[in-house]
Amino acid sequence: MATAKEIVSFKDVAKIYRGRAAVSDVNITIKEGEFVCFIGTSGSGKTTTMRMINRMLEPTKGTIIFKGKNIKKYDPVKLRRTIGYVIQNNGLMPHMTIKDNITLVPKLLKWSQEKMDQKARELIKLAELPESYLDMFPAELSGGQQQRIGVVRALAADQDIILMDEPFGALDPITRDNLQDLVKHLQETLGKTIVFVTHDMDEALKLATHIVILDSGKIIQDDTPDNILQHPGNNFVKNLLGEERLLQAQQDTLSVGDIMSKNPAHITLGKSLSEAIWEMSRHHVDSLLVTDDSKKLKGYIDLETINDHYAKDLSVSDIYANNMIKVKADSYLRDTSERILKQGYKYVPVIDSDNTLIGIVTRASLVNVVFDAIWGKDELENPEDANLPASITEGSEKS
Amino acid sequence: MIDFLNQHGSELIIKTWEQIYIAGFAILLGVIVAIPLGVLLTCFPKTAKYVMSITSMLQTIPSLALLALMIPIFGIGKLPSIVALFIYSLLPILRNTYIGMAKVNRNLVDAAKGMGMTTMQSILKVEIPMAMPIIMSGVRLSTIYVISWSTLASYIGAGGLGDFIFNGLNLYNPSLIIGGTIPVTILAILADYLLGKLEKRITPATKRSEA
Repeated sequence: MATAKEIVSFKDVAKIYRGRAAVSDVNITIKEGEFVCFIGTSGSGKTTTMRMINRMLEPTKGTIIFKGKNIKKYDPVKLRRTIGYVIQNNGLMPHMTIKDNITLVPKLLKWSQEKMDQKARELIKLAELPESYLDMFPAELSGGQQQRIGVVRALAADQDIILMDEPFGALDPITRDNLQDLVKHLQETLGKTIVFVTHDMDEALKLATHIVILDSGKIIQDDTPDNILQHPGNNFVKNLLGEERLLQAQQDTLSVGDIMSKNPAHITLGKSLSEAIWEMSRHHVDSLLVTDDSKKLKGYIDLETINDHYAKDLSVSDIYANNMIKVKADSYLRDTSERILKQGYKYVPVIDSDNTLIGIVTRASLVNVVFDAIWGKDELENPEDANLPASITEGSEKS
Repeated sequence: MIDFLNQHGSELIIKTWEQIYIAGFAILLGVIVAIPLGVLLTCFPKTAKYVMSITSMLQTIPSLALLALMIPIFGIGKLPSIVALFIYSLLPILRNTYIGMAKVNRNLVDAAKGMGMTTMQSILKVEIPMAMPIIMSGVRLSTIYVISWSTLASYIGAGGLGDFIFNGLNLYNPSLIIGGTIPVTILAILADYLLGKLEKRITPATKRSEA
């Protein structure tokens, strides 16, 4: 992505209406294949900014470069034919069939009828609708189906960049979800650049690879979704994201090392079984991790196994099991918690890159994270909550 | 009735034709002038206001007076009648064209422009088709007015079915008055019916069943 070519860049762009700046100091670089979301409240200038790309609006100040050339050097009509355009209420022409709607731009470009027919069939397939719909009129389709056509229509003339102005704002949540999947899929498989205006943060986080947050005509933050979640630029961004999402985001990137308990109960290979039993009772656990003398993880041994095979002259190395999963300290917790919670492991040992045992993630440590997410960290750190089990308070301190 | 037809049959056909000729010509001119003007006015909303008031004012001149005013300019006969009736036909067509164009969903115009249509393409392929029902209702309204008012044209020597009515008035012959009125009414109804058919044909379909 970092090496991709720039397709659109704004340089100190401003748009002034009757002395009032709708947008100002806009500097954005959009690279090929990016999915850029402009997000902000009403009046933030997000649509204004987008509409300057295809010269539906002319910037008052600054320049916009499209494919290496100032957009003022392009004929606006020809420029718009190379840029896909999707608007909120689909903008399908009610007096044209679906086919005529899809091939509207190709017709302007004077493609042959044969080529247009073929394109229409190809695109209706992309929209996941039957070919028989081509002869229907927009009014005969549901809102979601109409917007599917609206989306694929923007691809008809092989445009490499598509502008979308709150395209799914008027749809119900389930339909919107489906269309978001469609757009994301099309963008990923066809490698198109998409500039998407929305006020819905969930939508932006779901779709974007690059988010530009605008407020009162100024760019507040311009970054990847992950960076915005991890380092919201100011309180406005925090509010836009919402408390809940920030907390969740934190967990999403928590690593195993952040929450593991250090010094798990373990025993070395050479110890006898009675020593193992003693060690278990000392730690109040029913299994021990087995390491060699240099603390490399070998496997585990549990009380049941010792019970079945107990003999005075056996050592841990004779009966320990080595078929266990383990995780690295720097892997993300979200992947690990899945394994522990869904596959029923009681714990997962944590190792570093050369297989040395450095900790353990247990169900109890996961519970801490869940507590944090539901009730917030502050409350749990409050010493007055003395009646909470010791392990939980301990755990939250570590995290 | 049969007596009337025996006596005036051939005259009736000639007069009806004159009526159609005068009214048809006036309407045709009205359509040719008012529709493009209405479309043009949508590009200049400020000028539109003035043009609308002027045409409204022309509409308030009593029809008989307007016909009489034409005599010093065009003399008597068919030409002054056609010009006067043309002026009358302007307003409904102009106003409906203007309103119809202004009422076209802005989203569609935005989409048309955003996809790369020129202003001309947008007007011809999107705006006029969408405004067609409203434009046509203006044309139908004008047609009915003009057909009935063209009876007055007989006063300035244009002929038409008005001749029957005015003769009836002068000779105190009710059968002549009725004989002139009924064809005018039938003509107006027929014209409206035919224009309704035309409207259906040129208004673009939005559903397959209508196509």
